[in-house]
Amino acid sequence: MATGVKPRVKAPKSASAGEVVTIKTLISHPMESGQRKDSDGNTIPRSIINRFTCELNGNMVVDVTLEPAISTNPYLEFEAKVDEAGEFKFTWYDDDGSVYEDAKPIEIA
Amino acid sequence: MKTKLLQGIAAVALAASAGTAQAEDVIGFELNGETPIVVETDAPAHLDGALSTIRSGWTFRDPATQAMEMDDFDNPGMLAVEDAMVAWETAEGSEGKSCMDCHGAAEDMAGVKPVYPKYVESAGEVRTLQMQMNDCRENRMGAEPWKYDATEAVSMEALLSSVSRGMPVNVAIDGPGAETWEMGKELYYTRTGQLDLSCANCHEDNYDNLIRADHLSQGQVNGFPTYRLKNTKLNGIHSRFKGCVRDTRAETFSAGSPEFVALEMYVASRGNGLSVEGPSVRN
Repeated sequence: MATGVKPRVKAPKSASAGEVVTIKTLISHPMESGQRKDSDGNTIPRSIINRFTCELNGNMVVDVTLEPAISTNPYLEFEAKVDEAGEFKFTWYDDDGSVYEDAKPIEIA
Repeated sequence: MKTKLLQGIAAVALAASAGTAQAEDVIGFELNGETPIVVETDAPAHLDGALSTIRSGWTFRDPATQAMEMDDFDNPGMLAVEDAMVAWETAEGSEGKSCMDCHGAAEDMAGVKPVYPKYVESAGEVRTLQMQMNDCRENRMGAEPWKYDATEAVSMEALLSSVSRGMPVNVAIDGPGAETWEMGKELYYTRTGQLDLSCANCHEDNYDNLIRADHLSQGQVNGFPTYRLKNTKLNGIHSRFKGCVRDTRAETFSAGSPEFVALEMYVASRGNGLSVEGPSVRN
């Protein structure tokens, strides 16, 4: 069970129709790879964010599979084309079954 | 190229608000697109003959590293600031008090970081921010003091620094702290180790030259605590001093020692006029 997990998103509040906007996301997470051992020699179980998705009004923008080699606090930056006002929905899926969500509305200026 | 352009914009924006800045050709950038940060300015009077211009370590880094610091979202040091914000509001120790109970919002501490290290009247000695924090913890909160440059301490220092970003460093070099300052100055110019190097040999005589594959900076501490890409965590000033002294192949002073407190005071005063940048991002 990962503790101290907190998602963060930076997205513009408005865009002109058809504009391609840059979205930055970061989730604080230890991303324990499952390859490390503790001081007693026992394997520390894998605990990572294994999937990240971003949707705009129900349409998938990105769907990312994350692997154990990705470092602590994974940071993802991507672009999305905004045709109409709506809401970005961000979802992170944890190995332990937890799902972390965030949402950002966007207007057409 | 992007950073050059941004620098240009920032310089224009700063020139427009030149009322607060002393030099006409202020060079800097805009943090989060709003807070002006001065990264190059005239050296303070006490550096007469040594340096004419002082430059933040930011100016020695490549554009990608510079950009990381220019936006809080991209700055990994801000994660530690968030942790410290939680600690700020959390009561600890036998008195059941948090930092907030006495000091209010962390933002109200703006202006504290730029003047440290300073002579603290009640203690009769020059203190760094971390020493003062531990004084609070022991005497006001009844909590265990933090080890010098421990993660919690550096994070809290980063929080106090972050709320003062953009303010000019203004460490007093006269008054009751002058003796400590002189001691720091002597340490700065004293050669140590098998390599027989003083701070000045690298950071005053050879800044901007290459040391192996890296640019030597002026060794300014206005950006501390610093998130280093090298060890992916926030680094305190004294830990950095240790690294430098070790590289001269000398026995180092320990973090929090009177020698390093004096050195921190002197080095900080060499950056009087630069903006507080911490938590900055460096190699």
